[in-house]
Amino acid sequence: MNRKRVVVTGMGIVASNATGLEDFKNAIKDGKSGIKFLPELQKLNFGCQIGGIPNFSNSKYIDILEKYHFENAGQNVKYSCLAAAEAWIDAGLTIPDPINSETDYDTGVIIGSGVGNIDVFTDKIYPIVSQGSVRKLRSHTAEFTMFSAASANIALILGCGNHISSNSSACSTGAESIILGVERIRNGLAKRMIVGSTEIASPYVWGAFDSMRVLCRDYNDTPERASRPMSASAAGFVPSAGAGVLILEDMESALERKARIYAEISGVALNSGGQRKDGTMQAPGTEGVRRCLRQSIEDAGINAGQIDYICGHLSSTMADVLEINNWAAVLNRYGNDFPYINSLKSITGHALGASGTIETIAAIIQMYYGFLFPSLNCEDVHNKINDLINPDKIVRKTIYTKNINFVAKASFGFGDINASLILKKI
Amino acid sequence: MFEKILKIIEKYTFNKDLVKNAKPESRIIADLNINSTRIVDIILDVEEEFNIEVEDTMLEKLVTVGDLQKYVESKIS
Repeated sequence: MNRKRVVVTGMGIVASNATGLEDFKNAIKDGKSGIKFLPELQKLNFGCQIGGIPNFSNSKYIDILEKYHFENAGQNVKYSCLAAAEAWIDAGLTIPDPINSETDYDTGVIIGSGVGNIDVFTDKIYPIVSQGSVRKLRSHTAEFTMFSAASANIALILGCGNHISSNSSACSTGAESIILGVERIRNGLAKRMIVGSTEIASPYVWGAFDSMRVLCRDYNDTPERASRPMSASAAGFVPSAGAGVLILEDMESALERKARIYAEISGVALNSGGQRKDGTMQAPGTEGVRRCLRQSIEDAGINAGQIDYICGHLSSTMADVLEINNWAAVLNRYGNDFPYINSLKSITGHALGASGTIETIAAIIQMYYGFLFPSLNCEDVHNKINDLINPDKIVRKTIYTKNINFVAKASFGFGDINASLILKKI
Repeated sequence: MFEKILKIIEKYTFNKDLVKNAKPESRIIADLNINSTRIVDIILDVEEEFNIEVEDTMLEKLVTVGDLQKYVESKIS
């Protein structure tokens, strides 16, 4: 069977620097940071006292939270349902009436997360159960704590009847959710897949990384300067939160209903380095990463020279140098031949499991609207990166260009897990 | 009292009209289309609204809106 082509017809976003596609597009174009000082982290004696927390109060879809009784839901359900509603409408589809509508068996939902709905446990369940008041837990507690809470509640709103599930693979979760959706549509098992990922802001999640000393501690007084991918003075990642949701669609179905097509997802690959050789639980192994990147390019049926731009994982740690090295080696493109590259984490911080979809949305926006956003705080490019590529290939001021036809986007997660996507302009 | 109870029940359905037109003999789950798991929430809301405690054994016995109303009246009288 010939595999189906998969396109993106809708997107929705709740990010630390903007909520809603239009605001997000303008925010990334202007390099508007979402990183702020967080007094709560200072009070709790964190080394890193900054982070990115979305403000979704201005979402056009905020009424959904009341209509579906999500007041007591955790951040993941709220972020992802707002992003999914935006993506669904953006795709030219209609949110059905909850009473008088049929099940949509053609559409599935896979919304992943790195850590899940921890805030519901810490903020609601723990205090009530610890006081011996378990009977006061509400009936919705289970539906907001199950790992698939985001997917199940989006399916509730839209009446989706295809594959409804939730994936988790640390910081590669977002890219993985897209790949799972692509595979289902390619195989003819769904016409549409609502895919994405979401992550909460919580000291109980971020604490684990702070204790590992992998969060940035050197810029608490200047939060916007803290996330510094590819810089010699990068000092750890800056945690953030949010959700990105994409509507993936069988190209025939999209063309039939004359939908606007943002991009095709033409190549995908997933693997793990197996935590062998230089790969560990925390560090992506060279062999696995290169194999994954290469496979996604082969899957797209293009050659490495056709990639115009890389939307990097680049989290402002020492792994940035390794990532550039891997890209250059796989593409066999160095110096001035290297594609343009930037890091959204310099603007939004690192939204862990949500980062892959938020960054893929940023990548698609740039290709579709013809610009590349500035990678912030990279005035002092790392020497080892300078040795590999022309530093002018790091976008540091907004570039306006229509010549972005193929984008490579990869994400790497704890567990030595890799996910890579090739996006094609249509 | 009846209206206050309906206002609580209304929170748990998309079909507001069904609840607005409810009568004392309307069955909360079967007639008003309330998801059966939400009975727990309705009881907790009733406890807070009328400052009473509903015995767990009553959950299955409070079938209609009228049953609930009579039970609350007996507790606060």
